[in-house]
Amino acid sequence: MFRELGQMLMLLGNTLAGAPQVFRRRRAVAEQLYEIGNASLFMACLLSFFIGGVLALQGGAVLVHRGLGAQVGGLVGLSMCKELAPVMMAILIAGRIGSAMAAELGSMHVYQEVDALRTLNIQPIPYLVLPRIFAIAIALPALVIFSILVGWLGGAFVASFNHDIAVPATTFFAGLREMVRTRDILHGLLKSVVFAVAIGTVCCHHGLQTRGGPRGVGRSVTKGVTNSIVLILLLDYILTRILLPFDA
Amino acid sequence: MNPEPTRTEGGAAGLPVSVRDLHKTFRDQEVLRGIQIDIRAGELFVIMGPSGSGKSVFLRQLIGLEQPSSGQVLVDGQPVSDEARERFRIAMVFQSGGLLNSLTVAENVGLFLSEHRLRKPDEISRIVEEKLQLVQLPAGTADKYPPELSGGMRKRVAIARALTMDPQLILFDEPTAELDPLVAVAIGREILRLNRQTHATTVVVTHDRDLAFGIAHRIAFLAEGRIQAIGTPTEIRATPLPLLQQFLAADFTP
Repeated sequence: MFRELGQMLMLLGNTLAGAPQVFRRRRAVAEQLYEIGNASLFMACLLSFFIGGVLALQGGAVLVHRGLGAQVGGLVGLSMCKELAPVMMAILIAGRIGSAMAAELGSMHVYQEVDALRTLNIQPIPYLVLPRIFAIAIALPALVIFSILVGWLGGAFVASFNHDIAVPATTFFAGLREMVRTRDILHGLLKSVVFAVAIGTVCCHHGLQTRGGPRGVGRSVTKGVTNSIVLILLLDYILTRILLPFDA
Repeated sequence: MNPEPTRTEGGAAGLPVSVRDLHKTFRDQEVLRGIQIDIRAGELFVIMGPSGSGKSVFLRQLIGLEQPSSGQVLVDGQPVSDEARERFRIAMVFQSGGLLNSLTVAENVGLFLSEHRLRKPDEISRIVEEKLQLVQLPAGTADKYPPELSGGMRKRVAIARALTMDPQLILFDEPTAELDPLVAVAIGREILRLNRQTHATTVVVTHDRDLAFGIAHRIAFLAEGRIQAIGTPTEIRATPLPLLQQFLAADFTP
């Protein structure tokens, strides 16, 4: 486990060392961005609408019962931008894009494409890994912004149309504006950048370590996705602990 | 027998390769057990042997994709490494072709030149066209993607890509595997023609006896991780080694 962790950190280090080449790889970055956006935007919006709705549904009735109906917007607003949007989008991206990255790099390794690059004196990390990690680090925060906005809408929709809550949208958004500050949104975005780098590194690492044909590719995908999710949740706790003092 | 290699005058002559007591072990399995070979500059050298004898593993040590457990590979007297590969222009044609499926044939062939910014885009297009013609690929192949090509065409594209490096040492891993006899013969002729034309040292790893005896200046018979015999095709045929004679005589006759 520690050996793998070390290899992942080395991969990340080598990727960062190759970062100045990212402009040269802009076409590959754009392709990856298109892949991520195309594959995930609709799903991200759908997921976020229901997450916002469920938050309003779970917390709304309790708050209204205690005479705190005006706080429903604040509850949904803060939960979405600081916690649920970054974590849920990261898990979604790990499942949809991380798995694709691990599978693509894994099959490139199995079919000797990575070796062929090396024999052409092309370093696989700047060529294959850098554009993927860079693209995911741009795309995930962008998806989180969509997710936050759509989550708020979902919360407002449920809060106003559910008979047990019945908080009008204007009251919902007034409460949200009162509670949510810009730095709360930045808190979520910062988390999402860290999660993105973690997903990209873990999935690319497992892809490039693939051994043993199509079955090996399957194993790499499974490892990439599960390890990414574990790491996202672990990093979420660590980042929350680090960022909490700044919220005071 | 095939004619002996010749050196180009003032051109990019092939490189001599020396392999010194090369061992490779995976976990507790010793795949290569003290390989010792000297390959002459410009020579077309074939390493022949049954499946699982360690031929492809040997080739990977030769180009530096894997590090040997012990022993040395010297190209022109220098240990093989990433730097040596860049300095000497060593190319390899993989068994599967190793083409990047996300790139077109033209992009694959021009990849070395475009990535290292060695030529302007219009020059690269011209060189790509020239190399595709050299390996006799039909017009219209350039814009296709590797999965749209047959096995033989993919191998030719891989050869064209290797040639853009203007290699001094070119390695072929099972170039005729999974090809029908007609295409296999065409690929074999291609390797022979390129060796004569470019004078690059050519190392071919194969279990195809027809290919080995059809193109080689010299053949090494690799079995059980060791070089069992080495010599010209005539000498190899005459070697009274049971393992080798069994390999050469194997057919469907009950």
